[in-house]
Amino acid sequence: MQSKYILEMRGISKSFPGVKALKKVDFALRAGEVHCLIGENGAGKSTLIKIISGAHSPDSGEIYFKGQLVNELNAQKARQLGVSVIYQEMNLIPQLSVAENIFLGNEPTRTRLGFVHKKQLIEKTQAILQEIGVSIHPHKLVRDLSTAEQQMLEIAKALALDKEILIMDEPTASLTAQNTEDLFRIIKRLTKRGVSIIYISHRLQELSIIADRVTVLRDGAHISTFAWGKVTTSELITMMVGREVKPVAMARNRQIGQECVLEVEGLRKEPQVKEVSFRAYQGEIVCFAGLVGSGRTETMRLIFGADPRDSGQIFLYGKELRLRSPADAVRDGIGMLTEDRKGQGLVLGLPVRENMTLASLANFLKWGRINRAHEGQVVGEQVKTLNIVTPSIEHLARNLSGGNQQKVVLAKWLLTESKVLIFDEPTRGVDVGAKEEIYEIMRFLAQQGVTILMVSSDLPEVLRMGDRIIVMSEGKITGELSRDEATQEKLMALMLGGVANAG
Amino acid sequence: MLDKLLEKFGIGVALLVLVTFMAIKSPVFLSSANLFNILLQVSINTIVAVGMTFVILTGGIDLSVGSLVALVAVIMGTFLHKGIGILVPIGIALVVGAFSGLINGFLIAKGRVPAFITTLGMMSAARGIALIVTRGQTIHMFPTQFRFFGTGYLGPIPVPAILALLTVLIAHVVLTQTKYGRYIYAVGGNREAVRLSGINVAKIEMSVYAISGITCALGAIILVGRLNSAQPIAGYGYELNAIAAAIIGGTSLSGGEGNVFGTMLGALLMGVLQNGLTLLNVSSYVQQVVVGAVIVGAVFFDQIRRGHVFTLKRSVTRSSEPK
Repeated sequence: MQSKYILEMRGISKSFPGVKALKKVDFALRAGEVHCLIGENGAGKSTLIKIISGAHSPDSGEIYFKGQLVNELNAQKARQLGVSVIYQEMNLIPQLSVAENIFLGNEPTRTRLGFVHKKQLIEKTQAILQEIGVSIHPHKLVRDLSTAEQQMLEIAKALALDKEILIMDEPTASLTAQNTEDLFRIIKRLTKRGVSIIYISHRLQELSIIADRVTVLRDGAHISTFAWGKVTTSELITMMVGREVKPVAMARNRQIGQECVLEVEGLRKEPQVKEVSFRAYQGEIVCFAGLVGSGRTETMRLIFGADPRDSGQIFLYGKELRLRSPADAVRDGIGMLTEDRKGQGLVLGLPVRENMTLASLANFLKWGRINRAHEGQVVGEQVKTLNIVTPSIEHLARNLSGGNQQKVVLAKWLLTESKVLIFDEPTRGVDVGAKEEIYEIMRFLAQQGVTILMVSSDLPEVLRMGDRIIVMSEGKITGELSRDEATQEKLMALMLGGVANAG
Repeated sequence: MLDKLLEKFGIGVALLVLVTFMAIKSPVFLSSANLFNILLQVSINTIVAVGMTFVILTGGIDLSVGSLVALVAVIMGTFLHKGIGILVPIGIALVVGAFSGLINGFLIAKGRVPAFITTLGMMSAARGIALIVTRGQTIHMFPTQFRFFGTGYLGPIPVPAILALLTVLIAHVVLTQTKYGRYIYAVGGNREAVRLSGINVAKIEMSVYAISGITCALGAIILVGRLNSAQPIAGYGYELNAIAAAIIGGTSLSGGEGNVFGTMLGALLMGVLQNGLTLLNVSSYVQQVVVGAVIVGAVFFDQIRRGHVFTLKRSVTRSSEPK
């Protein structure tokens, strides 16, 4: 039986302890199409692609490849059938070269003994890189590549293995605008060759550029599949969250205090941070805009004491701080939500409860012992107020979805009652609904007098959230705009290092 | 269901099976004399393994424990011969143990020398110092009061066993109910996340090696008391036994997972095994092979249980945790 679909899934269900991840989901992929999979965190996207790639087996349902029923799909079988997943976390070996990575496990050999045919290896690599229009030297070591280049390499790797189905999980999350364009160009080329692509993204603007068809999942159920353009953005969002999301207009009447809470003077750490000075006031939300690599995260890490600085002073309420470690910063009332929440924000193998109280454990001591009842009660309250979806507070952080993990990190810092909170890309990889909730919490905190520094690469977000926007480029502050004078164009000009005509 | 039971009590079940087997095979095994003998035999290893558990929980390893036991033993032995009572030498023993451990911890936490290398170096250096201090000679004959720690009995129970149990209980409380214990697990789970939560990770890492040093000192006190001699070659192979007890007891070598009751059962299992094999007249050479196989086997079965190996044949219905 021939089928017009390269992959067809019918009635797929999958449960994990305490969670029904997929409920009778249908999904079909045409040859040569870009099929976008969207939905909130926890909607079941990850589970679905893990089933396609054979990492999980479904509890029930049927999977067809090119019309053929496949039983017991496992990772090995999926690979043989031509499925390749490009994860957010790269699967490359940093110490090996570009060419060696592309052909890892698949090296062209010279004799039966398995000597690698080096010349062929390089030639084949060049051919593949040329095909996707990327100029990276085959001999270059992967550890010397940028994130964007590594991503391209992942794609090249899939191509080397003649994959027919490519799954991309938020591939643009860490790419600059230019790299994103490159990626889209490559995707177009691939689909022309007949490669099918399953594309997961939270950025709706992207879909309008590359999507052929879209499938929406919500709470593990298939909501709708349609050709891109048949549905308006607001309809799409409603499908995703199951209710209408109205972006809450920023409460403009919020009072920003006159008191300077944080003052940073001549902060420097070569080569990323060259000269940064600014002030932030009580209850103010200061956004830091800039391109990837402009030194924003590095600046924040210096303020948090996470890295040693070359020079510069940091004052809190006019008092100079001696920051040598995050421990000093936390003691003085500065908290930071890092960009990489899995790697730096959470202890994935510990329960929600222990993660949440990690930074404020001293508050739960009674005669030197942790008061578990008190701890459980406080954590329970946070789970409720922040609307964290978890079967219980003893659930491991690893098993929560991205948005809920971020809320756990947020709760951890709320419990420290910090005076200054740094948010580094707080909504990256977080779905629309949870995003609004996080904004809401940030605004609430500002209302309470907390000073917020927020690093974000999402310009609409910066424009919405910032009372003031500081733009950085190449380790320096290139401009500062109030909310009223800021526009996307002015920000862009400053981000590129130019001087904005603020007037 | 069986999964959960095995996960919680796997080591206890294994111990029970082993005890039953030995009881059937050897009539002497279940005699109270023999059982107390086993307790006596395993107490030093249990104590040292508790310190080892602290270290492994943070994701580290301490290969120097055997040498530290010897070093502490000979230094304490020297002072016991100076006629200054027993409390001062015991105090010195604990300080020497803690200080040696701190050196390990400092190099690991501040110098970022891998724990394996640091403690491997200390293993050699401490042994060398023990030999230098004694010029390779054994120190004999200690005060009776001191020997109480190694040979005394409270009722029918040997004092070393009581000390071991106390050590386990205190360690358990520290690990499960204090801030410090919570941090130890967290550091083993994700060091960077803990550091970025404003916790002094280096201090915690240093302290667990100091604790390991202190448990070595406790072990040395019992050992010297029991043998009535302090030998610079004491404690050979203790690192293997201690690591084995922790690992068999369910402590994960990658850190963040485990508990001291498991470690205690792990030490007991090793003790019962060695005692039983001796009763069955298995040669000590063969015993070494068996012990080696048991250590590797325990970890291997643990990996299967966690689904890290042999997962391809897993049935469709069995649930697995989402990543």
